[in-house]
Amino acid sequence: MLRIKRFFYNQKVAPYMFVLPFIIIFCAFSIYPMINTILMSFQKVLPGQTHFIGIKNYTRLFSDKTFFIALENSIKYMVITCALLIPFPMLFAAMVNSKHMPFPNFFKAILYLPALASVVVSGTIFRLTFSESSDSLMNEIIGLFGAAPIQWLRVSSTGFTVLIVLCCWRWTGVNIMYFISGLKSIPRELYESAEIDGASSVQQFFKITVPLLKPTTIYVLTISIYAGLAMFTESFMLWNGNNSPRNMGLTIVGYLYRQGIEKNDLGYGSTVGIVLLVAAMIINVVQLKLNGLFKKEAM
Amino acid sequence: MRTAEEKLTEYVSADVRKKSKISAVSVFLVAFFTLMCLVTIMPIYANFIATFKPGKELIQHGLNLKIQPDIMSLKQWIFLFTGNHQYWPWFWNSLGLTLVQVVCVLFVSAFVGYGFACYDFKGKNALFLCVLLTMMVPFEILMLPLYREIIALKMVNTWRAIILPGLANASTIFFFRQFLTGIPKEIIDAGRVDGCSEYGIYFKLILPVMKPAIAAMAILQGMGSWNNLLWPLLVFREAKKFTLPIGLNTLLTPYGNNYDLLIVGAFFSIVPLFILYAAFQRFFVEGMTTGSVKG
Repeated sequence: MLRIKRFFYNQKVAPYMFVLPFIIIFCAFSIYPMINTILMSFQKVLPGQTHFIGIKNYTRLFSDKTFFIALENSIKYMVITCALLIPFPMLFAAMVNSKHMPFPNFFKAILYLPALASVVVSGTIFRLTFSESSDSLMNEIIGLFGAAPIQWLRVSSTGFTVLIVLCCWRWTGVNIMYFISGLKSIPRELYESAEIDGASSVQQFFKITVPLLKPTTIYVLTISIYAGLAMFTESFMLWNGNNSPRNMGLTIVGYLYRQGIEKNDLGYGSTVGIVLLVAAMIINVVQLKLNGLFKKEAM
Repeated sequence: MRTAEEKLTEYVSADVRKKSKISAVSVFLVAFFTLMCLVTIMPIYANFIATFKPGKELIQHGLNLKIQPDIMSLKQWIFLFTGNHQYWPWFWNSLGLTLVQVVCVLFVSAFVGYGFACYDFKGKNALFLCVLLTMMVPFEILMLPLYREIIALKMVNTWRAIILPGLANASTIFFFRQFLTGIPKEIIDAGRVDGCSEYGIYFKLILPVMKPAIAAMAILQGMGSWNNLLWPLLVFREAKKFTLPIGLNTLLTPYGNNYDLLIVGAFFSIVPLFILYAAFQRFFVEGMTTGSVKG
């Protein structure tokens, strides 16, 4: 007993005791499922009898039209949300942070509020706000401009717009907070000396703010790309389940869910997951290169 | 030669001009952000208004900002608190699971984070690379094999199935490690001199210093657990085990009168977070943004 105790309390052993929980959880719930999903992507998984079928899942995937609809939707969603949710929040953050801004904390507090509402709640609200009834909020708003009521969630272009609007509503405030915390690391003197040199606010924004926010921008870009590619719940809530008309809201994860859970084809579902994994890994390598993290963090 | 008086007027008018320019900018900023805040609040406000309207009306007409005294009443609120439905079991499930999950995840992750921050040992770099790697793999990819795993481990319908896979949360470990790297090593050495064991040093000397970091992570983790839908949706099969997001999701069918409960229930589900946010606003933003500056 004493020996065991002495072993645990040994200064050489203690560090391993500290990281042991991570090692166990990592092996059981990261490495094991990862290997499992790679194996499953080459298998036909049936209850009780699982056998290897080579690359059949992959050949099926590459001739699967629905998969490409899902892929296209995810990529389109990711590109549009990144294009909207980086430049605008950056500009808004600079505005809130400017010395002319009265009550910045009050406005910041309100802008962050949507982050508190879960996708379930905000999806439900948006589903009803964009309801096809002519009395729904959005149809009333466009009615003010003389437009006829729209069946928002039944037409693919508007249905997709609702997804984007939902995403912007939820994340604009959060991204503003990211950029504000990035702005805090830029020394005020830079702006002061620029002002003395006669640089306008616009020049200051493009010559000082934008370049010095690069680390924050890369971080926000990375998480936005991730969230964009892995989006599922938003679409699940807006269309009340995984079946939107003509798959207009189907995403990669939605397709993984449909094949793996709803159709119980874990093998084929895993194959869809592998595509997502490869995409995520490529993005990571690019991001790490851009950030120079290989040098700093790889110790 | 201008007189001193002329000079003075010039200065004053320049000053006035400058001030009025500044206030014009300020007015624009206030107007702009007021408008933006109104747009931000509008959906939440629409939800609030809708809690007073009958579900049938909402299915038919959708959400809007109209105040309609003829159909508005407290009926839905009374139904939420006294009606015969499963909202409260779901609510308490969510609350219990969130609390237990936050405590477990923070306890383990802070422990591991300390190991990475304050020790040098063989294999540390490789292990830390594993932490970074876990952060980089979206959960959705592991969803299917994990689902199969918890079925094999007979953990369907249990809290363990929700808590265990994320117990040593990579981004939380990463955060604590960053936080602890800044702590002076003298504290640890002083502890050793005083005869503390390695674990005693951690629990007695380090843990108290970590309070602000723990508060920030608790909020972030708590928000994540409270709002999580996808994984609990796979784990919980029995209606009485559901968490609030799954429960609310089951109400989202246009058949039956579920919208009465759905709308008021959805609104009420944000209330605990609003209260926390009002009290600890600083930690909400801190926990979320700290990773971005260093990461």
